Amino acid sequence: MNRATFPHKYLPWLLIAPQLAISLVFFYWPALQALRQSLLREDAFGLKTQFVGLTNFARVLSDPAYVNSIKVTTLFSALTAGLSMGIALLLAVQAEKLVRGKGLYRVLMIWPYAVAPAIAGMLWLFMFNPSFGTLALPLRWMGVQWDPLLKGNQAMALVVAAASWKQISYNFLFFVAGLQAIPRSLIEAAAIDGAGPARRFWTIVFPLLAPTTFFLLVVNTVYALFDTFGIIHAVTGGGPGKSTETLVYKVYNDGFVNLILGDSAAQSVVLMVIVIALTAVQFRYVERRVHYG
Amino acid sequence: MADGAMIGTSLRSRLMGHFLLVLGVIVVVFPIYYVFVASTHTVQTILRPPLPLLPGPEGPANYAEAIFGGVGRIGGVGVGRLLWNTTVVALGIAVGKIIISMASAYAIVFFRFPLRMACFWLIFITLMLPVEVRILPTYKVMVELHLIDTYAGLILPLIASATATLLFRQFFMTIPNELLEAARVDGAGPWRFFRDILLPLSLTNIAALFVILFIYGWTQYLWPLLITNSNSMNTIVIALRKMISFADADTPWNLVMVTSILAILPPILVVVLMQRWFVKGLVETEK
Repeated sequence: MNRATFPHKYLPWLLIAPQLAISLVFFYWPALQALRQSLLREDAFGLKTQFVGLTNFARVLSDPAYVNSIKVTTLFSALTAGLSMGIALLLAVQAEKLVRGKGLYRVLMIWPYAVAPAIAGMLWLFMFNPSFGTLALPLRWMGVQWDPLLKGNQAMALVVAAASWKQISYNFLFFVAGLQAIPRSLIEAAAIDGAGPARRFWTIVFPLLAPTTFFLLVVNTVYALFDTFGIIHAVTGGGPGKSTETLVYKVYNDGFVNLILGDSAAQSVVLMVIVIALTAVQFRYVERRVHYG
Repeated sequence: MADGAMIGTSLRSRLMGHFLLVLGVIVVVFPIYYVFVASTHTVQTILRPPLPLLPGPEGPANYAEAIFGGVGRIGGVGVGRLLWNTTVVALGIAVGKIIISMASAYAIVFFRFPLRMACFWLIFITLMLPVEVRILPTYKVMVELHLIDTYAGLILPLIASATATLLFRQFFMTIPNELLEAARVDGAGPWRFFRDILLPLSLTNIAALFVILFIYGWTQYLWPLLITNSNSMNTIVIALRKMISFADADTPWNLVMVTSILAILPPILVVVLMQRWFVKGLVETEK
């Protein structure tokens, strides 16, 4: 389609200028600096700088602490995405069955969406605080030596719980929308052919839901990688030990706390590559949807 | 409903559905209720688990102290001030983003100028540069521009986003050519076309985006953490983190609980009250 337009020369520049200016100053310039810094070696006081090529990358990628952080991030993301998507799908399927009451459940279900990740983390820490959390009591009665501030896997369980809790709302809304888009006639036809609810779900609903599931998988991975910084920072500070130190937390910690600038910049660039890959996957998928949908 | 019976959603299956959903709602709402109950008790009650199931009598006193008294651990800043800061930041980001991205989408769709597509790509690529991957250099830019501890510093770097621009671009492209041609025949310039035709048509999109961006602004963590040093410029989420210490005994837990509730309530109200636009907008814009 040939779009009708206004014949102005300077007005469009004026309109686009604010966004371009902010993008250049706060996005492109810093991103280029991160790239440049990742190739340099600089002492913490900024007195001496030298070009070191890919040395920073080699050091970062072979650093056991960084490898550990990759493992932590992978485990954390997989658990968070799996748990929150699983629960949300289960609940969305239940809501789809109902004739009445859907609206009320939805209103209550969207609350966590509005809660900041850091606060979600704190809420769970209040409930499960080893010294005064009410929900820590039953754990202790069951004989669990509960202390997430000292035990790595318990700390991981706590941040995963908080991160998944926060994301249930979002996944629930998308699964409900996805389920509504599945034609009733298909499900009815299967019912007439004698397929029970479980069979209908696994052979019709779940496959047809695949685009939604795949989209949510990408979104939840991005969420677990980046948006959960607040949870880690507020609840565990990456500890105990380095058992909950995710990649983004490590970039922050090395850059702002430990002041290892070259390493932090190299880590930033690695993260940038991950984001670009995820965005590419997401848009490929969107394109496919347009073709077939 | 007839089709409900036809595909065999039996009463038992529906009861099971209600049961699971009630369970789900309890899991989802309980953490917030728990902190609300805690915010109405004394520090002594909070520190002696189990916490009572119902709100206590200390609510009004706790809330008054947090809002008007100021909290010692964060330099005596009152929660009222923190709420104000956070509201300014969230509104600044939401309104600013909508204005900036509408303007740039308008330029890209309704005008022809050299480098138009280059500009579009420049904006598009920022999608791949979230603040987490460029924190240190962005922080240096802020220091050089003297934006530490200012509202501008809290808002500006978060105000440019490709998503909102892409959304408006997509929507503007669905506007039929005839509408623009008719407007031009009637002698309408770009501003009148925008104000009288495009803006009214965009209201639903704007409402949906407003909710999403308000929540985005309200729940920011990493950026406000870096960019604010002074206690009086903190957002409520950052201040809450600063108020808590699990190591020492004098954390004012009752005020912490009050602050948590006050940090959670405004965005929940926005989402629940604007639910109709929010849900539609979220599901449609992010796909």
